Amino acid sequence: MRIMGQIAMVMNLDKCIGCHTCSVTCKQTWTNRPGVEYVWWQNVETRPGQGYPRRYEDQDRWRGGWTLTRKGKLQLRSGGRLHKLLSIFTEPVMPSIQDYYEPWTYDYENLTNAPLSDDVPVAPPRSLISDEPTKIHWSANWDDDLAGDPAPDPVLAKVSEQVRLAFEEAFMFYLPRICEHCLNPSCVASCPSGALYKREEDGIVLVDQDRCRGWRMCVTGCPYKKVYFNHKTGKAEKCTFCFPRVEVGLPTVCSETCVGRLRYLGVLLYDADRVSEAASVADERDLYEAQLDVFVDPEDPAAETAGLPSDWLEAARSSPVYDLIKKYRIALPLHPEYRTLPMVWYVPPLSPVVDALAGTGHDGEDAVNLFAAIEALRIPVGYLAELFTAGDPAPVTAALRRLAAMRSYMRAVNLGEQPVLPDTGLSEEELRDMYRLLALARYEERYVIPTAYGNPPGVVEEAGCSLDYDAGPGMLSPFGEASGRPVPVSIENFHSLKDRQTGDEVTHDRINLLNWDGRGTPAGLFPPKRRRA
Amino acid sequence: MTWGESMLWVVGPYVTIMVFVGGLIWRYRYDRFGWTTRSSELYESPLLRVASPLFHYALLVVIVWHVIGLLIPMRWTDAIGVSDEAYHVNALVWGGLAGLGTLVGLALLIYRRRTHGPVFLATTANDKTMYAVLAAAIVSGVVTTAAGFVPSEANYRTTVAPWFRGVLMLQPDAAAMGHASGLYKVHTLIGMALVVLFPFSRLVHALSAPLGYLFRPYIVYRRRAR
Ligand code: SF4
Ligand code: SF4
Repeated sequence: MRIMGQIAMVMNLDKCIGCHTCSVTCKQTWTNRPGVEYVWWQNVETRPGQGYPRRYEDQDRWRGGWTLTRKGKLQLRSGGRLHKLLSIFTEPVMPSIQDYYEPWTYDYENLTNAPLSDDVPVAPPRSLISDEPTKIHWSANWDDDLAGDPAPDPVLAKVSEQVRLAFEEAFMFYLPRICEHCLNPSCVASCPSGALYKREEDGIVLVDQDRCRGWRMCVTGCPYKKVYFNHKTGKAEKCTFCFPRVEVGLPTVCSETCVGRLRYLGVLLYDADRVSEAASVADERDLYEAQLDVFVDPEDPAAETAGLPSDWLEAARSSPVYDLIKKYRIALPLHPEYRTLPMVWYVPPLSPVVDALAGTGHDGEDAVNLFAAIEALRIPVGYLAELFTAGDPAPVTAALRRLAAMRSYMRAVNLGEQPVLPDTGLSEEELRDMYRLLALARYEERYVIPTAYGNPPGVVEEAGCSLDYDAGPGMLSPFGEASGRPVPVSIENFHSLKDRQTGDEVTHDRINLLNWDGRGTPAGLFPPKRRRA
Repeated sequence: MTWGESMLWVVGPYVTIMVFVGGLIWRYRYDRFGWTTRSSELYESPLLRVASPLFHYALLVVIVWHVIGLLIPMRWTDAIGVSDEAYHVNALVWGGLAGLGTLVGLALLIYRRRTHGPVFLATTANDKTMYAVLAAAIVSGVVTTAAGFVPSEANYRTTVAPWFRGVLMLQPDAAAMGHASGLYKVHTLIGMALVVLFPFSRLVHALSAPLGYLFRPYIVYRRRAR
C-alpha cells in the first residue's frame, strides 16, 4: 500500500448554465498566446453534441486511452511500445487543426479603410494559421445549444434508435471539461521522451517543456484529447490544474470564476500500488467500482502512517470531493471505459428529468413522481450511463435517485411539511449535508485545498520568475521564436497583452477584443485622430 | 595536392568536430526548450504521412551504409571472403535505393513546405539553410553513388574511408583524401557543412531518439520541483 494524495475536482452538472466563463478565463490565463490559439484547456460542450475536437470520443478513430490485451494486460490503444517507436516519424491519428477548428481574427482595419459605399463595411475574418482570408465554419463550441442533430454524437451512437429519437426533443445539458489528471494517464504512458509526468504530491499531470521533443504521441494517447500541440514552440501543452494557484491553496481559475459555483476541489487519497490493477479489470462496467476501491478512506489508520503532511490529511478528512464521490456516491467519472481512471468527476444532471415531468403537468419536485420518471425516462439515464459508467444504468439511477430524494426532502422541510425519507441509503442528516454542499455551496466548503509543502497561503508565484522579465519569448533567438528558456506562461501572457495593447506593429490593424480589458484605447481600436488644419 | 587542400583535409575535419560537439553542448545548455522536432503535422497530414517515414527510414539505411563504408577497412571484408565486386554491387544497389528514397522523401517534404501556406509560414531562415545543405548533401551523394557504376570512381574505400578513419584516430591522412575524385571531395565537403549546421538547426532532434521508452515504466511520477 502506497498512499498518495491528489487534488481532484467534481462538477455539479445540474448547475451549469453553459456560459463559458470558465473557458474564457482559463484561456485568458493560460492559452492566450501564439501557437495555442485553437487550444481550450477548459471547454464547455453541449450534450448531445460532437464535442471538441470534433467527435473526440470515437476511440475507434482516435485510438486514445487503454485497452486490454488478450492476456488481460493493459496496453495503449494506439499500440505497443515498439510499434509506437517504429511509427515515430508521423503521428497518423493525431487530430488535424480542422478537427479542432482553424482559429481566426478579424481584419478590423477594413472598417475604417473601406472606400465610401452604400453598404456598411465589415471586418472580414482572417485565419490565424495561414494568415489568409477565411470562412468560419467550425469552432470549439459551434454546436452550442443545438443538441438537435444527434447523428454525429459518438455517445448517442451507442444507445438505441428509440432512445435517440426521443432524445432530440427531450434533453440537453452542458458538459464542462478539463484534463482529468488521471490516476493511470495514457498521455504519460504514450510519451516516448518521458516528458509528461504525474506529480507525486498532488497528482497533477504536467508536461516538462524542456524534455518534450514534440513527438505528439501524447495527443493521440489522451482519450479526452486534452493534450494539445503548440504549433509555434513545437511542444505539447496541457491543463496544469492551475498549479501555481493550487500550491498556495487557491482554487483553479475555472473553479474560481465559475458562475454556477458548481465546482468542488479537494483532496482524494489513493493507493498508488493498486492503480493498474483497478485499470485492468476485465469488464468495463466494473471500472467505476474498481476506481472507488482505489480511493483510501482518510479516516483509515493506514492514511495516518503514510507519511502525508498533516494539513493534507486534515484536508482529506474534510474533502467535499471525497464526500460527493464516495460518501454520497452521486459523482461519477467521465468515460471510465478509457481505463485512465480520471480524477474530474461529475454529478449527473437531474434537471432534464424534472423538466420532463413539469412539462407533462406533473409535480417535478415530488419524490414519487421523480423516482418513477427516472425509471421511465430511459432516455437521459441511457445517455448518462454511456458518459459516466460505461453504459451501466444502475449507478446513474442511484445517483439521480439520491438527488431526487434530496430535492423532495428539502422542499418538505422548507415548506414546513412532514418530510418523508425516501429509501436511497442516505440518512436525513446526510441528505441535509448533501443539500448544504450542493445547494448552498459555500466557498470554504467547495474548495478545501491544503497548501503545498511550505508555500505561504494565497501568494501566487510561478516557479522561478519575476516580473522584470525581458520582452517576449526568445524573440531574438537564432533558432526562431520558440527557442531559449521557456518563459513562464503568466509572463508571456502579460507581455503579449501589453504588446497587443500598446505596440505598433501587432495591433495597428488588428485587435483582439477578447484581450481588451476595457481600459484605455489600444491602438487599432479607433482610427488615428486627424489633426484639424 | 596543394598546401591549401591538405590543410582542408587535416584542419577541416577537426574544426567540424569541434563545432559539432561544442555546439551541441552549448545548445543543450542554452536552448533545451528549442530542442524539438518542430512538427508541422497539425497543419498538414496526408502528404507528411507518406513523405516523412519514407525520408527517415531511407535516411537510416543511408547512415548504416555510410558507417559500413567508412569504418570497415577493406582488409576485413576481404578476410571474411566478401569479394570486391559483391561488396560494390550491394553498396550500389542498396545504398543507391536508399539514397533515392531519401531524395524522393525530401523532395516531397520540400514540396509540401512550399505549397502549404501554414507550413511555409512556419519555416524559418534557419530551416531554409538547413534544407538547402541537406538537399545538396543528398543530391551529391546520389550522384556520387551513381557515378560508382564506373569502376574507376568506386574507390572511396581506398581514399575517403582511410582518411576518415585517420581523422578519428588522430592521424589524418590528407594524401589519401587527395586521391579521391572530385565528386567524393564535393560530397565530403557538403557533409562537413551539414555536420557543422547540425547543432544549430532542427536536425538536433535526431539525437533525441527516445530508445529509453522501451525500458521505462509506463507511468512517470516526479516530485514537485522546488
Ligand atoms: S485527461 Fe489529462 S491526465 Fe488523463 S490522459 Fe488526458 S491529458 Fe493525460
Ligand atoms: S463558468 Fe460554470 S456555469 Fe459557466 S459554463 Fe463554466 S462550468 Fe458552466
